[in-house]
Amino acid sequence: MCWLRRSLRRRKMKVKMLSRNPDHYVRETKLDLHRVPRNYDPTLHPFEVPREYIRALNATKLERVFAKPFLASLDGHRDGVNCLAKNPKSLATVLSGACDGEAMYTGIDHHWKEAVFATCGQQVDIWDEQRTNPICSMTWGFDSISSVKFNPIETFLLGSCASDRNIVLYDMRQATPLKKVILDMRTNTICWNPMEAFIFTAANEDYNLYTFDMRALDTPVMVHMDHVSAVLDVDYSPTGREFVSASFDKSIRIFPVDKSRSREVYHTKRMQHVICVRWTADSKYIMCGSDEMNIRLWKANASEKLGVLTSREKAATDYNQKLKEKFQYHPHIKRISRHRHLPKSIYSQIQEQRIMKEARRR
Amino acid sequence: METVPKPGSNVPPKKDRLQAKKKKPRRYWEQETTGTAAGASPGPPRKRKRNRELRPQKPKKNDTSKKFRISKKPRELKSPGHQRSLSGAQDPFAGPAPVSVEVVQKYCRIDKSKEVPHPKTKTRSRLVAAEAQEEETSVRAARSELLLAEKPGFLEGEDGEDTAKIRQADIVEAVDIASAAKHFDLNLRQFGPYRLNYSSTGRHLAFGGRRGHVAALDWVTKKLMCEINVMEAVRDVRFLHSEALLAVAQNRWLHIYDNQGIELHCVRRCDRVTRLEFLPFHFLLVTASETGFLTYLDVSVGKIVAALNARAGRLSVMTQNPYNAVIHLGHSNGTVSLWSPAMKEPLAKILCHRGGVRAVAVDPTGTHMATSGLDHQLKLFDLRGTFQPLSARTLPQGAGHLAFSQRGLLAAGMGDVVNIWAGQGKASLPSLEQPYLTHRLSGHVHGLQFCPYEDVLGVGHSGGITSMLVPGSAEPNFDGLESNPYRSRKQRQEWEVKALLEKVPAELICLDPRALAEVDVVSLEQAKKERAERLGYDPDATAPFQPKPKQKGRSSTASLVKRKRKVMDQEHRDKVRQSLEQQPQKQEKAKPTRARPSALDRFVR
Repeated sequence: MCWLRRSLRRRKMKVKMLSRNPDHYVRETKLDLHRVPRNYDPTLHPFEVPREYIRALNATKLERVFAKPFLASLDGHRDGVNCLAKNPKSLATVLSGACDGEAMYTGIDHHWKEAVFATCGQQVDIWDEQRTNPICSMTWGFDSISSVKFNPIETFLLGSCASDRNIVLYDMRQATPLKKVILDMRTNTICWNPMEAFIFTAANEDYNLYTFDMRALDTPVMVHMDHVSAVLDVDYSPTGREFVSASFDKSIRIFPVDKSRSREVYHTKRMQHVICVRWTADSKYIMCGSDEMNIRLWKANASEKLGVLTSREKAATDYNQKLKEKFQYHPHIKRISRHRHLPKSIYSQIQEQRIMKEARRR
Repeated sequence: METVPKPGSNVPPKKDRLQAKKKKPRRYWEQETTGTAAGASPGPPRKRKRNRELRPQKPKKNDTSKKFRISKKPRELKSPGHQRSLSGAQDPFAGPAPVSVEVVQKYCRIDKSKEVPHPKTKTRSRLVAAEAQEEETSVRAARSELLLAEKPGFLEGEDGEDTAKIRQADIVEAVDIASAAKHFDLNLRQFGPYRLNYSSTGRHLAFGGRRGHVAALDWVTKKLMCEINVMEAVRDVRFLHSEALLAVAQNRWLHIYDNQGIELHCVRRCDRVTRLEFLPFHFLLVTASETGFLTYLDVSVGKIVAALNARAGRLSVMTQNPYNAVIHLGHSNGTVSLWSPAMKEPLAKILCHRGGVRAVAVDPTGTHMATSGLDHQLKLFDLRGTFQPLSARTLPQGAGHLAFSQRGLLAAGMGDVVNIWAGQGKASLPSLEQPYLTHRLSGHVHGLQFCPYEDVLGVGHSGGITSMLVPGSAEPNFDGLESNPYRSRKQRQEWEVKALLEKVPAELICLDPRALAEVDVVSLEQAKKERAERLGYDPDATAPFQPKPKQKGRSSTASLVKRKRKVMDQEHRDKVRQSLEQQPQKQEKAKPTRARPSALDRFVR
């Protein structure tokens, strides 16, 4: 009877158990990659936000650990390096000029497209390479002009800085000055934004940099305040998003165009007053010439790994970058990413100037 | 835009030729205008026609050709149904793969009901951009579900039969041989009732008997890792972050063993521990003791992070909420309290039962909590939002142990019977009307846990260990980067390093784990005010004046007192002056509220 009872008890039910074939989950040979099946269901990934926050914190700390921007120091000059010029067609060529020898022209700049260059001294002269006399001379005001720059996009526009604290814009086609803006103190140099045709930044003696929109010169678009001494030179990155400024206070600072504070400061004990600075055309390196006769080469992104990266390295770098952006406003992360070591002279100057500003405000 | 006129195109082209040849050349991948069969090859390109069509291409750059482009018939939009491949076949499932709205909803993380009050324009634009990006990403993530290989198990009786009547033996007969091997019974009557624990990948099992028998094995291959007798009563057993380390709550202290049975640590600060829990993403081992203390031990650094006095007597009912790492303690007055190591007081207290609470369990998504009490009730509570009971059921015998599975099934151990209730879908509330499965064991239940990625329920009882088959209880598709049951030793080592690097600090445990990603709404002044209220004084207020000690007899007591008095008087005078200045302002404000003066005002008292 027991077999009958058993057959009555045997049920016709539909049952399926979860059963995995290990061959589908384990690699076949040692030379294969491991198999990693993915399931993006959020219930399988608890604590996403805190874990990403800790990853962002680690990424920020590692960025500070790997921030070693100094690359090389080039010597050979016998006097302070006064000017640097980059070749727009070749990445590797750079010209540098030292202070030995008399200078007839205080500033010189070449047109971006045509065989024409401009010089300035008492007035702004436009020269053709083949001729011995200037094509045209322009002047507005009675004082000497210290620097002149061509606009890279609207190539007929020039900007110049004069000793009577003004910045004058010229039009080469009509051979006339166009506009003028007068600041409180003298501007040392200007630089045009290579991506936005009408934006230029002026490096001023009053420790600030002013970004102007050419169409509305009455008020600057942004005032960049971080230097503690006169700003001597400014140059834009080819991306048009950042610029680097060299100052008499022995440091160079990198500013984003839309922010008033610098994101990076580079200094060395051996680097004295920085006279000129250039951003290379591949937007990776910054060159600065200082008055102790050396040209220094720096990285534009201090913790960037140079050279060819593997795809995994690139993916990890991109992920870390995105994490740092996402959590950049959290207080601990902000504190770590803002931290920079400053030489004592600059640090004490900053404190002094802050107190002076507070006093003036009251 | 002005263009430079090209030399040689001064002769205007003949209009008739252009009008006749305005058709662009037919490409072999485009639709056939002549009636050829769908599967037929397009054939060699007809050269003559192409030459004639090619010639008028040259003067197209002229302005006059613009007229013809406008007057041409509008090109037929390629409807998705008419896309043809090189062979001429049609794609039957043209277009992007469809996804259902519920699946897309599962991947949405932004809580649209929470509004940021008075957002600035920049914040508002950023939030709008983030929401748009999240929509796109959630659709893509939902579409990736097509690649999941496994399907969950199921059990259906014939003709609507009650699945609770189906016995384990029948399931074992009906199922494939690999799954049948997952059902086993270990008869261990000698060393007392057993408690058990599965590792986080579900591959390894550790159990400990009341009389000191502790063992760890790979239960799938039945390979024993270690088996020891600790010569002391064992109250609970837990794996730490991987199968390499084991925590055993012995009679006196807490001991940590290697998976080879070697004793590594004896933590004397955790004494008389009744229950253990491990928070995997924080690397915290939580112990509940008879002394009423809840201790959090960080196993990566070996420090006790917090020792909280629960002030509720003996603690013997504890479970963790896997969603937010909050510890739920059940008390003898019928309440369940929620604890976080950052706070000395419980985060919340929920009144659940009339008598004492005997068991608590929380489902892996953190939405439901099941509790059972001495009043023979089994209740389900909603944990996200209102802490209100959702459903309740009276049991003939109180359930001493509860466990949730990854897909939301609830198992209850009542005496020597195990009942399992299931819901409709994956994360739905289990319906307590009819049990899904039942099983009678050879001894009273002392421990219950569902195995993480297998359709198996492990039961520790006074007769040993039983592994029951529960089709449909486990998550079928694991994520290889989180927990991979098939990982090699190297993969485990790499995973361990990464998990340690992203270990969440204990201070971040709170009821809402997504709190860090929210927009900071509280303004600075409000935060300061709240702090002053909470502390009873304003910590930012200036410290009282301390006179500087001076030389040459100028800092005698009398002169110090005189200096202090001078500063106090000055401050007092400033305060009085300020209040005098404010008073006429207040009076000016009060004046306009009075009505116009009338002649009868002199009679008003």
